Amino acid sequence: MNEKAEELNRVEKKDLFASGHRACGGCGQALAARLVHDAAGENTIACVATGCLEVFSSPYPDPSWRIPFLHSLFENPAAVASGVEVAYKALKKGPVNIIAQAGDGSTADIGFQCISGMFERGHNVLYVCYDNEAYMNTGVQRSSFTPYGAWTSTTPMGNKTRKKNLPLIAADHGIPYVATATVDDFKDLQRKVKTALSIEGPKYIHILVPCPLGWGHPGDLTVKICRLAKDTGLFPIFEIIDGKVTNVQKIPVKVPVEEYLKPQGRFRFLFKKGVPTEEVAEIQKIANQNIERFNL
Amino acid sequence: MLKQIEGSQAVADVVALCRPNVISAYPITPQTHIVEDLSVIVGQGKLDAEFVNVESEFSAASVVLGASAAGARTYTATSSQGLLLMAEVIYCISGMRLPIVLTCANRAISAPLSIWNDQQDSMAVRDAGWIQLFAEDNQEAADLHIQAYKIAEQTFLPVMVCMDGFILTHAFEPVDIPEQKQVDDFLPPFKPRHIVDPRWPRGIGLYADPRFYMETRYILHRAMEKSEKTIKEVSADFAKTFGRDSGGFIKTYKLKEADVAIVSMGSVVGTIKDLIDQLEEEGKKVGLLQICSYRPFPRQEIYNILKDKMNIVVLEKCISLGRGGILASDIRWSFPRAEKKDRNISSFIAGLGGRNITSDDLRYMVERVEKEPVELEFLGLKKELISDKDL
Repeated sequence: MNEKAEELNRVEKKDLFASGHRACGGCGQALAARLVHDAAGENTIACVATGCLEVFSSPYPDPSWRIPFLHSLFENPAAVASGVEVAYKALKKGPVNIIAQAGDGSTADIGFQCISGMFERGHNVLYVCYDNEAYMNTGVQRSSFTPYGAWTSTTPMGNKTRKKNLPLIAADHGIPYVATATVDDFKDLQRKVKTALSIEGPKYIHILVPCPLGWGHPGDLTVKICRLAKDTGLFPIFEIIDGKVTNVQKIPVKVPVEEYLKPQGRFRFLFKKGVPTEEVAEIQKIANQNIERFNL
Repeated sequence: MLKQIEGSQAVADVVALCRPNVISAYPITPQTHIVEDLSVIVGQGKLDAEFVNVESEFSAASVVLGASAAGARTYTATSSQGLLLMAEVIYCISGMRLPIVLTCANRAISAPLSIWNDQQDSMAVRDAGWIQLFAEDNQEAADLHIQAYKIAEQTFLPVMVCMDGFILTHAFEPVDIPEQKQVDDFLPPFKPRHIVDPRWPRGIGLYADPRFYMETRYILHRAMEKSEKTIKEVSADFAKTFGRDSGGFIKTYKLKEADVAIVSMGSVVGTIKDLIDQLEEEGKKVGLLQICSYRPFPRQEIYNILKDKMNIVVLEKCISLGRGGILASDIRWSFPRAEKKDRNISSFIAGLGGRNITSDDLRYMVERVEKEPVELEFLGLKKELISDKDL
C-alpha cells in the first residue's frame, strides 16, 4: 500500500469530539460525530445545527468540542458554513476544513433550501447528515427521511411514504463528491471524510446513525443494526464522484429485511404474532429495488 | 465629493468605503438597488470583498452570521418580508453579539402585499437587541452607515440602518460621499472578540439552560442601554471629522418655543419641518422632536426635552394591531405617570403602505390636537372605502 492509501485507511482516534457528553448509550450520532471529526483533524470548524448532537455536546459551560464549534439555528448550518468559508476566503486565511452538520430533520426538511443553496454556490464545505430517520431530539416525530412502515410519534400507524433520497439529489447539484456510510465501519466512514476533505467544493456524506431510543433497540445493537441495514439493501453504501456512482459496497450474503426490522421496536407492529404483514413485503421490495439500482 | 445620486447608490458607495469583507443579500424591492450597486462595485474590483448571492433572506442573514463569527466585517440589506424571513437569525445575531450592519429599506408588510413604504418591518424586530437608527434623508442614510460600523464594532451589537423605501432609496439628491482616506481614518479595522479559528478552539452558540439564560438577556439589555453613550460619541466624532451633524440620539427643530411638539422619525420629518416653517409664518409655534436612535430608545432625552410641553403629537408609519401607535406608546412611557396629568400625548398613524403624507394632512393633525387630545387616529384614511360590514 502506498503512503496515501495507508493514510486514507488509517482509523483515527484523537478525541476531538470528547467523551463525557450527554448522548444516550449506544447513540449512533455521537459515534459518528467522533469518527467524522477525528478523521478531519484539528484544523476543522464544526458548524452544527440545533438538534440532538448540539444539545448533548454543547451545554454552557462544558461543551465536548476540542475544535471550534459554531451553532446558531436548526435550519441554517449550511448557510452559516457558507459564511465561514467566504470569510476565510475574504480574510485570506486558511486552508481549513469546514464541516456543516445536522440530523435528518434539519437536512431533509427545514434546512433543505439552505443546503441546496450551499451546493449550488459551490462553497468548499463538507456537509454531513446524521440520519436517524426521525426528529429524535423532540421525541421521535416523522421526518422525510423516516422509512416506509416505521412507527414514529406522529405516524402511530406506520409511515406511509418512502425516504427522500438526498444523496442522489445532492449529486444532481453537480457537486464533486457524495458518499453514504454507517457507523459500523470506522475505516470506511473515516476514509470517506478524508477523501471528501481532500476535494475542493461542496461535499455531502450521508451517515446512517441508529437511535436506540427512537428505533426501540438495545444500545449494544447499534453496530449490528447498521450491518443489517446494509446487508438487506435498505441502506446502500456508495460514493458518487463527479456524478458517477462508484465504489458500491457489495453485499456478501443478502439478508431478508425481516432480520433488520425485527430487533427494532419501531417496526414491531409490522409482525402480527410473529408473522410479517404486507408492509414487510413492501419494505423487501424497496430493498430489492436498491439492490438492483446500485448493483449491491 | 458632492454627487447627485440615488439614495441606494449613496448607501452602496459608503458601505464599500467601510470595506466590508463579506456581503450577502437576497433581492427584495425596494432594497434591490443597494445590493445591485454593491455587486457592481465588487465585480469591478473596487472593493475586495466576497459577494454571496443566496437563495433567501434567511440564508443571507445566516451567511453574514457565519462570516462575522469567523472575523469578517459584514453587510446585508433587506426590506419587509425579507426582514421577517430573517427574524429568527436576527435574534441569533444579537444574542451572539455579532456586529453586523444591515440596511432596512423600510417597506410595508403583507397581507395585502404592498411594496410601498412604511416602517412596520423594522418595528417587527424592534425588541431583538439590534440598534435601530432612522435616516431623515439620503445624506444621513449614507452617514449613518459609516457610523453604524463604528458603533457596532465598539459595542458588539448589530446595527440596523432604517431608510424609507422609495422615498429615500429611489430618490436622487445631492449626497456628499467622503473620500476613502477620511473613512479609513474614522473607522479602524474590525477587531473581533471571539472567532471560530482552529488556532484557538472555542464554542460560539452554546446553549444555556435555566441557570444561565436569563443573565445573557440582562447583559444584552444593559449593552443596548449603554450603547447610548457610544452612539452619541460616534455621532460627535463624525461631526468633527466630516463637518456635518448626522445621526445621534435625537434632534429637534424649533422646539424650544413650541406650543405643539410633533414627534416622528424617518423621511417624513422633512415634510414636517416645511409645515412648521409655514405655520410659523402664520404665527403658530410648532416644533419637532426627531428620533434617530429608536433602539436604544432615548427615553431620558425625550423626557428632558419634552417635560415642559403639554401638547405632544406622535406621528408614525407603523401600528401595533390591537394596541395602537408603537412610537406613541414609547413616548407616553417616557413620562412618569404621576407627573402633569393634563399633558396630552396624541397618536397618529400615517403613511401605511405608501399612502402619501401631505402637508395638508399634517396641518389637519396640528389643528386637531390644538382643539383636543387624540387617543388614536389614522391620518388620511379613506372612509369611503370602508363599509359597516368591514368593521
